[in-house]
This record gives sequence, C-alpha cells and structure tokens, in this order.
Amino acid sequence: MTKDKEVELIRILEHNGRIESDVLAKMLDESEEDVKKTIQKLEDDHVILSYAAVVDWSKIQSEESIAAMIDVKVTPQRDVGFDEVAARIQRFPEVSALYLMSGTYDLSVVVEGQTMAGVASFVSNKLSTLETVLSTTTHFRMKKYKHDGVVFNQDEKDRRMVVSP
Amino acid sequence: MSQSPLQVSRKKRLSRTASSIEPSGIRRFFDLASTMDDCISLGVGEPDFVTPWNVREACMTSLEQGYTSYTANAGMIELRSAIARYMLDRFQVTYDPDQEVLVTVGASEAIDLAVRATIDPGDEVLIATPSFVSYQPLVTLAGAEPIPVVTDADTKFKITKERLEAAITDRSRAIMLSFPNNPTGAVMNQEELQAVADVAEAYDLLVFSDEIYAELNYDATHTAFSALEKMHDRTVLISGFSKAFAMTGWRLGFVCAPADITQAMLKIHQYSLMCAPTQAQHGALEALQNGQDTVTKMVSSYRARRNYTVHALNEAGLTCHLPGGSFYAFPSVEATGMDDETFAEKLLIEEKVAVVPGSVFGEGGVGHVRCSYATSMDALQTAMGRLDTFVNRHKK
Ligand SMILES: Cc1ncc(COP(=O)(O)O)c(C=O)c1O
Repeated sequence: MTKDKEVELIRILEHNGRIESDVLAKMLDESEEDVKKTIQKLEDDHVILSYAAVVDWSKIQSEESIAAMIDVKVTPQRDVGFDEVAARIQRFPEVSALYLMSGTYDLSVVVEGQTMAGVASFVSNKLSTLETVLSTTTHFRMKKYKHDGVVFNQDEKDRRMVVSP
Repeated sequence: MSQSPLQVSRKKRLSRTASSIEPSGIRRFFDLASTMDDCISLGVGEPDFVTPWNVREACMTSLEQGYTSYTANAGMIELRSAIARYMLDRFQVTYDPDQEVLVTVGASEAIDLAVRATIDPGDEVLIATPSFVSYQPLVTLAGAEPIPVVTDADTKFKITKERLEAAITDRSRAIMLSFPNNPTGAVMNQEELQAVADVAEAYDLLVFSDEIYAELNYDATHTAFSALEKMHDRTVLISGFSKAFAMTGWRLGFVCAPADITQAMLKIHQYSLMCAPTQAQHGALEALQNGQDTVTKMVSSYRARRNYTVHALNEAGLTCHLPGGSFYAFPSVEATGMDDETFAEKLLIEEKVAVVPGSVFGEGGVGHVRCSYATSMDALQTAMGRLDTFVNRHKK
C-alpha cells in the first residue's frame, strides 16, 4: 500500500474505527488482505493506539462525570525537561489527557472524576504535592459542545431534495 | 347558465416553444421518491456537504456590513479577478477579468446565455449525450436544433472524433460537452479532448465546455478545453461554485470566453438578471480565496466513496466502469433484463432506493442508471446491500 493510501486509511479509521475491512478495501481500492495487514502493522507500530467511541455521557444521567482542565507550572529538570514529571502525572487513572503547552504554563492536565470534590482532592493531594509542581489553576468543564471533531447535540439533517438533476 | 363570451373566444396562451419542450424526466422520480419515508436516495445531483463554514461566514459578514445593493452587471470586479486568477492557477488558462469573465446565476444561466448569445434559429448544436438535462431544451428554446452525439459504455462514455464528424452538417455551429460528466462520471484526458478540438477547428465550430465538475477529478488533473492549442478563441468555458464548493443553493456560476462572446452574453444577462446575487458573490470570493483545502478534503472523501460504490455495484452484478470524476456511478442494469426506467421504479418500490434512469439524460444513457455517491458511507452501505438483494432476486 502506498504511503498516501496508508494515510487515507488512517484518516478514515480516525473518524470511524468500526468500519469493516472489506468496506475499507473497496474504498481504498486495495485487497482486503492488504488492508488487514496494514492495519496490523499500524497497530504494532503504535500508530493506531486504540479504537474508542465518542460518547455523550450527559445523556446518561447516572454516569455523568466531572472534568477539569488544570494548568500546571512545573520546574523543568535537567536533561529530561518536562518528560519525567509528565510520566508521573500520566500514570494517575484520573488523568484522561496530558499535554505539554507553550505559553504561561507548562502542562495541561485533563482530569475526570465522579464528583467535584473528588477532582479537587486529586489536585490538592496528588498533583500539587509533586515536587516539581510550582502551581496549578483548575478550570471545571461546564459543557461539551464539540470533542475530537464531533459536534455534540448536532441536528444537521440532510436538507437536499430526494432527487435532483 | 349561458357561457360568457370571454370563455368562448379564449386565445391560446402558451408559446409554441414553451409547449414544445418536455418537463424533465427526473420530475417523475422526484414525485415518486418524495412520497416514501425511509427511502435512501442515490438520486441527488448535489454534494452532501454543507457549504464550508468560512464561505457561509463571509456571506453573513457581507450582510452585516450592508452589502445589499446590486453589483456590476458582470459581477463584482474582485470576484471576476479572483476567478481569472483561479482559472490560471488551477487550469493554466488566461482570461481578462474585465472583458472575458462573467458571473452568472449558476452554470445553468451560463449555459442558457452561451446558446442565446451565439446560436440562431435553424442552427444545429451537437450535444454529447448522456449529459445534463438542460442542454437540449435550452438549445430548443433558442430556436435551434439539438443534435445528440451518443457516447456509450463501449467508448467509456467519451466522445469520439468519428461519431462527432458523422453528426456534422453545414448547419452545425457548436459542440456542447461536459467532462467530468453528469451522469456518467466519464473524464476525457487531454489527448481525447484534442480530438474534439481538431474537429472544432476543422469545421469552424464553437465549443461550449461545461466544466462544473473540474475539481471533482479523482485520478488525473483536469484539462480545461480552452487550454488546448488554438481553442481559447473557440471555447465558452462554463463553470460554477455548486459542485466544487458545495454551493448549489447559492446559485452562482461563471463563464470565461473570448471578449466578443462574453460581452454578448453580458447584454442578455444585464436585461434578464441584472446581476448575480450580491451575498452569493461575497461567499464565492471567500471560496476562491480560502477554499482550496476544503475542496481537497471533499475530493478525497468522494474518491473513497466512488471506489466503494463501483466495487459494490460490480459485485452485485451491475457492470460499472470506473468513473474518473463528478460524483456519479453509471452502472448497466442489463443483468436484470429490465430497462432502466423499470429498474429504477421497481428498485424504488421494492427496496426503497432511489436512482435515476439513465435515459432521462439522453439516448446513450439507455440501459443504465445514475447512482450518486454523494451521500454518507452508512447510507451507501445500506443502499448497496439492498441493491444486491434486488439484483439477485431479478437476475435473468
Ligand atoms: C453538468 C452540469 N452543469 C450544470 C449544472 C447546474 O449547475 P448550477 O447549480 O451552477 O446551475 C449541473 C447541476 O447538476 C450539472 O450537473
């Protein structure tokens, strides 16, 4: 499979991880076997890391969770920079995403929990107490409008006429 | 009750020309399909994307800023300049925005203007068919004679020099063609177009080249007809924003042609339309300036869906050539032994999938149906599943 096709394959899967390999093969004009092999390779190389559903948990009342984005300032360490502290933070199961940022703070930590108190206690007990952490600013997420390119509560119907020239 | 004298002496009120043209064959399918709730439509001749947001926003901004008056008859000069630049960058053809570019109400108006500005009653216009439904009626409305030049599966729906020459008489004035094609998806490469150009040159014909699908070309780069040697002066190049930029409802197209023809078209346009809608022109300007990335994304999405659809159709037993452009697949329904009208009607009633019978696009379309793949992959998969069932049930 050419590099271009491989990228196209990844793009398709990024939007729809459930698409079947025979359909993918037709879309890419490749054999199903080649498609399966390429996917296997992409998984082995950790290019494709997992297949997940984008869920609107707000529709399932009992399961709705709290999320906070925390701006963290840290002291970078000699030779390893931010990687070592990042490696520690990412291990907490409460942390759902972690990014190194440019600008007024260093790490952006997304924390998900069941309650606001739970998230607050994570910040004060676990995050702020890390040696290299200088300060934290916590922002609670109020509502999800768009996530991973998917608009929540979208009602964009097909407005075209059923048959046209 | 006695009859009123008025009713007795009532005169005919429709012109002979209006009476002489048939309503589009697509209408009947539209009526039938619209009555069905859960029908999947592969009958739609427009993109399934909504116009890119930046274009919609530019239009709203123009409203906020109060651009609500007429523009120049030929269209805003900024837009005409952007069109000229776009045609040069994308297709290597040069047009003077002042004299050789006209902004129209869709390619539809441009086709009408091109014919009306150049064709006299009694002239003949050679029309490559199957093709877009408006060409033949518009030629008839101009009092001229549409002469179909049939393309078919044997020639991969491309026009050949032989068939073209066979249709030429001393009344022939122009050739009308459109590649990438609606409904067949056929594309003609530079060499194949050159054969048409040679005929145009040899018989001194104009060429109306409807290149509205130029951007939707999946395996090659588009050759503009006017880019061919000596063809700039013979070509009326028609295009628009509907397909490439998903802007069908905006009603905005354009034409690039030699100055004498453009100015003649402008005369008709200024009296019948005044100018194309101002808001749409503002949107179109944004589309040309900042729209190419979105076009590229849409094209790759269509390409994948084309590949899927053509494979699935062939697997279901409906032979289908690989269409190089537009967003239509044009399979033969021969395997079922039905004619295209019956096939489309039965498929709609039995499986609730709408396709358009090829014969509505002209002679060469007989025995084929047009399947638009400008619809979601989910819908396409369901439709192809139903088609497969249908063909198996009716296989000869
Ligand atoms: C080949 C062709 N030309 C022209 C048109 C009309 O385009 P517009 O929306 O610009 O009038 C269409 C629309 O379906 C078409 O398929």
